[in-house]
Amino acid sequence: MDIILEGIRQAFILLVTFDSEVLGITWFSLKVSGTATLISLLIGMSIGTVVALTQFPGRRFVVSLINTGMALPPVVVGLFVTIFLWRNGPLGFLEILYTPTAMILAQAVIATPIVMGISLASMQQLPKKLRLQILALGATRLQMVRILIREARLPLLAAVMAGFGGVISEVGASIMVGGNIKGYTRVLTTATVMETSRGNFDIAIALGIILLFFAYLINLVLTTVQQRERPR
Amino acid sequence: MKRKKFILCLLLALAMTVSMASTAAAQPAQKNIIMATTTSTQDSGLLDFLLPIFEKKTGYFVKTIAVGSGQAMTMGAKGEADVLLVHSPAAEKKFMADGNGVERRLVMHNDFIIVGPPNDPAKIKGMKRAAEGFKNFAGTASLFVSRGDNSGTHAKEKEIWTAAGIDPVGQKWYQETGLGMGQTLGMAAEKKTYTLADRGTYLALKKNMGLDILVEGDGILLNIYHVIEVNPKKWPKVNFTGAKAFGDFMISKETQDIIKTFGVDKYGSALFFPDAGKKEEALGK
Repeated sequence: MDIILEGIRQAFILLVTFDSEVLGITWFSLKVSGTATLISLLIGMSIGTVVALTQFPGRRFVVSLINTGMALPPVVVGLFVTIFLWRNGPLGFLEILYTPTAMILAQAVIATPIVMGISLASMQQLPKKLRLQILALGATRLQMVRILIREARLPLLAAVMAGFGGVISEVGASIMVGGNIKGYTRVLTTATVMETSRGNFDIAIALGIILLFFAYLINLVLTTVQQRERPR
Repeated sequence: MKRKKFILCLLLALAMTVSMASTAAAQPAQKNIIMATTTSTQDSGLLDFLLPIFEKKTGYFVKTIAVGSGQAMTMGAKGEADVLLVHSPAAEKKFMADGNGVERRLVMHNDFIIVGPPNDPAKIKGMKRAAEGFKNFAGTASLFVSRGDNSGTHAKEKEIWTAAGIDPVGQKWYQETGLGMGQTLGMAAEKKTYTLADRGTYLALKKNMGLDILVEGDGILLNIYHVIEVNPKKWPKVNFTGAKAFGDFMISKETQDIIKTFGVDKYGSALFFPDAGKKEEALGK
């Protein structure tokens, strides 16, 4: 128990003294996971919307694939991305293994199915008649999609939070494709793993608390936006 | 109005994340050195201390990938690392024989120790031979926690089991963690039982555990680190110049002097003994 209190104390000290290494790692974690989430939003939402609004043969199969993707283990994603990015692998010419870019790539792969799955579900739960009504009022297909997205924005924000939460908290892929290199690809989760194996449990706990703190701040902003818009 | 707010929220997400362009810009490839090494060199903090000196001196950027010695050598054999700092002599010799490395140079050593609970149910304390201790684990069916991860430590442990003439795999008293040294030590501490550890990691973690050193000093327990440059003839993409510079740095007098005193202030004794230029066979004599 002492060690947890010590961890909380450490977290507090690291934050109020603006410990440059910890702040650097924290900012870097937010940047990597934020960028990855953004990429996953672009891909996940557009594909999720298309699948939700169209009918085609094998659609049920595609939806089940997307939903399975939500359970993709980060470490498996990390393994595949690593193998592809190896110098002598198919994408080796990019020379991005053990760089922040590789981490963003891997995290985007993890977040995309999550965003896609939730987008799909939230677009699908809109009443079918709404679509007919919008079209009947003379909207083009594109206008209809825009209105539907607006209608589904509450669950879509949940997709953002779930995607971001999924990648800011993952460690398996980040440590494999980033390498936990000091001052370069070290993020809060990989630093926590390292400090744990070094036996610095108090610092590991402190890093965990800092991670939760910033995740909370971001979700607070998103939740505020989401709940303010609650339909009456 | 509502849509505006939604867009605002998306923008906020954007602002939060900023562009990665600046950080993601890759440095010239030849400036990067990928060093595959063992977790023990990273967990002891030695590399955190040495690398900034090397980087400042040479302008190279070292990407340390801390994995088990087995994985480090696999990376080298695939040309996915430029230089290795490893401690698994038998596997290293095979690595060299297969033409994967250019040169294998002795850097430093410390030693392995058998640690266990102070009450020592298997009665191994003070034994001269590690293999005798291992025989007692089998004889008394005392739980032994193994790394089980093809690391240098795991390789050494298997060597001792062979010396003891025992095959522990599958026995009830033998558990493989598949984890790093620190976590495996932690597990042994929780279960109040035995494991094989490198002295450096044990010293670094000692404060959190109730484990004592029970067997030490046997010749078989030496833990020897070599630096190996990966063969550029086999893998043209390897940064051999950088690897060579790193190897030279590790055996330079300046570095060896640092290794000699590293850890003394914090743990009361050095974590590694510098050995550059010595013969491997001459160690521990």
